[in-house]
Amino acid sequence: MGLRYLFGRVSIMLPVFIGVITVIFFMIRFAPGGPFDKEKIVPPEIMESLNAQYHLDQPLWKQYLIYLADLSRFDLGPSFKHANRTVNELIAEAFPVSLELGLWSLGWALLIGVLAGAMAALKPNSWLDYLPMSFSVLGICLPTFVIGPLLVLIFGLWMGVLPVAGWDSWQDRVLPSLTLGFAYAAFISRLMRGGLMEIRTQDFIRTARAKGLSEVQILFKHSLRGGILPVVSFLGPALAGLLTGALVTETIFNIPGLGRFFIESALNRDYTVVMGTSLLYFSILFVCNFVVDVLYVFLDPRVRYE
Amino acid sequence: MSSTLVTTMDSSPEQAQLLTSTDDAGISPWKDAFHRLLRNKIAVCGIVFLIVEVTACIVFPWFSRYSFETQNLEAALSPPSAQYWLGSDALGRDLLVRILYGGRISLMVGVLATFVTVLVGVVYGAVSGFLGGRTDNVMMRVVDALYALPFVFLVIILMVFFGRNIFLLFIALGLTQWLTMARIVRGQVISLKQKEFIEAAHSMGISNTAIVFRHLIPNSLGPVIVYLTLTIPEVILQEAFLSFLGLGVQAPMASWGTLIASGVGSMEVAPWLLIFPALVLSLTLFSLNFLGDGLRDALDPKGAKD
Repeated sequence: MGLRYLFGRVSIMLPVFIGVITVIFFMIRFAPGGPFDKEKIVPPEIMESLNAQYHLDQPLWKQYLIYLADLSRFDLGPSFKHANRTVNELIAEAFPVSLELGLWSLGWALLIGVLAGAMAALKPNSWLDYLPMSFSVLGICLPTFVIGPLLVLIFGLWMGVLPVAGWDSWQDRVLPSLTLGFAYAAFISRLMRGGLMEIRTQDFIRTARAKGLSEVQILFKHSLRGGILPVVSFLGPALAGLLTGALVTETIFNIPGLGRFFIESALNRDYTVVMGTSLLYFSILFVCNFVVDVLYVFLDPRVRYE
Repeated sequence: MSSTLVTTMDSSPEQAQLLTSTDDAGISPWKDAFHRLLRNKIAVCGIVFLIVEVTACIVFPWFSRYSFETQNLEAALSPPSAQYWLGSDALGRDLLVRILYGGRISLMVGVLATFVTVLVGVVYGAVSGFLGGRTDNVMMRVVDALYALPFVFLVIILMVFFGRNIFLLFIALGLTQWLTMARIVRGQVISLKQKEFIEAAHSMGISNTAIVFRHLIPNSLGPVIVYLTLTIPEVILQEAFLSFLGLGVQAPMASWGTLIASGVGSMEVAPWLLIFPALVLSLTLFSLNFLGDGLRDALDPKGAKD
């Protein structure tokens, strides 16, 4: 029965994905301006050969079919702006950087969020609860592009303890990943607190308490598994936020990742790179949402997808 | 049932008085909700801040000595003083006037884009919920599928390839936010259409269109208003995000996003250029979120727990 649900999910994804490809493809092609606009005036023969090389001389529907055929072989085509580089190569360079940034941020978010949420739920309506929860209001309301520069200002410029830009040493990882992870830490701490608060009134927790376990033992042995469920289901949407947040974070901290690359290519009208990176983003999202759903079934035996 | 009881028990003396003293007139649910909202201190703070801010944005730039583009290179980057209350930027322009002027644009984009959201979301949701059955199923599947898309990327592509036109901006932002609105309205309509007054309308021979627009939509306004208040900050944030990346509002126009972006550029020498716009943006987002939460509690005392 679970299998049927999963199959249904995948069969909805596929048309959506093809729809997205189609929409982006035609949106870009119908927009005014082309990738070779800003170049110096080139002789018409060269322009022609350029157009031929990138199939721009073909009718639009043919270009679309060529793109789809290439895509089915995971070939995202040549870049329009970076001479002699394919989109696959460019992505292969930038993606690991973004992935690392994302993992660091997610790590911070889970570590800070789960701990703060558990702390708040341990003793509700005390300062142990109020302190992390007021911080989380801050984290939820302040956007990345405010938190990032403020962190740079405080830790980079005024205190001078961390580097303000770059992506070489481990110190370079701290500020960007904190910037990106802060909002998620805030969200996760609220979800964690909510999840734990719901569980603490249940019978099996009372039994555990009656057995004489300490609150901390109850937390780690009994309530955490159930209480973390809302956090798990948040991870899907969180990923979408991490991807878009990375656009800003990579720009602020000058990190050579996929996000900055996407914006650069969009501004340069590098058709194939924009298509390639967006499609990569979309597929990552689809896959991750899917994984989160599957994970949910394993964590909560009560959940059965029909 | 029990939650209604709790609400009545919760109510403060002045409301109890209100309930007894007006037994001849009766109070409308809207008035009742308004009184409940006024008892929420943090929401009232939000309202006051927003009123002051909107008034300042509209009125102050008319009376100021400076226009948003008056340059004074001799007074460039001067810190806050009697002459420039919040300091001046790299071209010697008054920051206060620029923040207020940028506020006009940010708030306008927020309100107009939210209007697009309401228009599309309410009609889509109401039609889907009213028709029900197969149509409803298909329409909601479409919403589910669109939920999985990271719209920011589409908006970025749209903005880059079709010129950074401010009208395009708020239509694009509005179109990314209507999904939740559609879901909320659909839920409302589905529960309302079972009610007797709709049955009565049917039996009187009123057309379906009239039932949807005269009876169903007006009766689901409460949740719509709540979600509308929460959508405005979301849209303002998105606009600031795009403008921060240089993809939104273009110079010489300014919005909070562009001000923060230029503040980041000069934060080493003139931190006020970053701090003040960031502060104003954050306070606005806080206020709108608190107002939205307050409205939710006030309009829907029974559902306040969700």
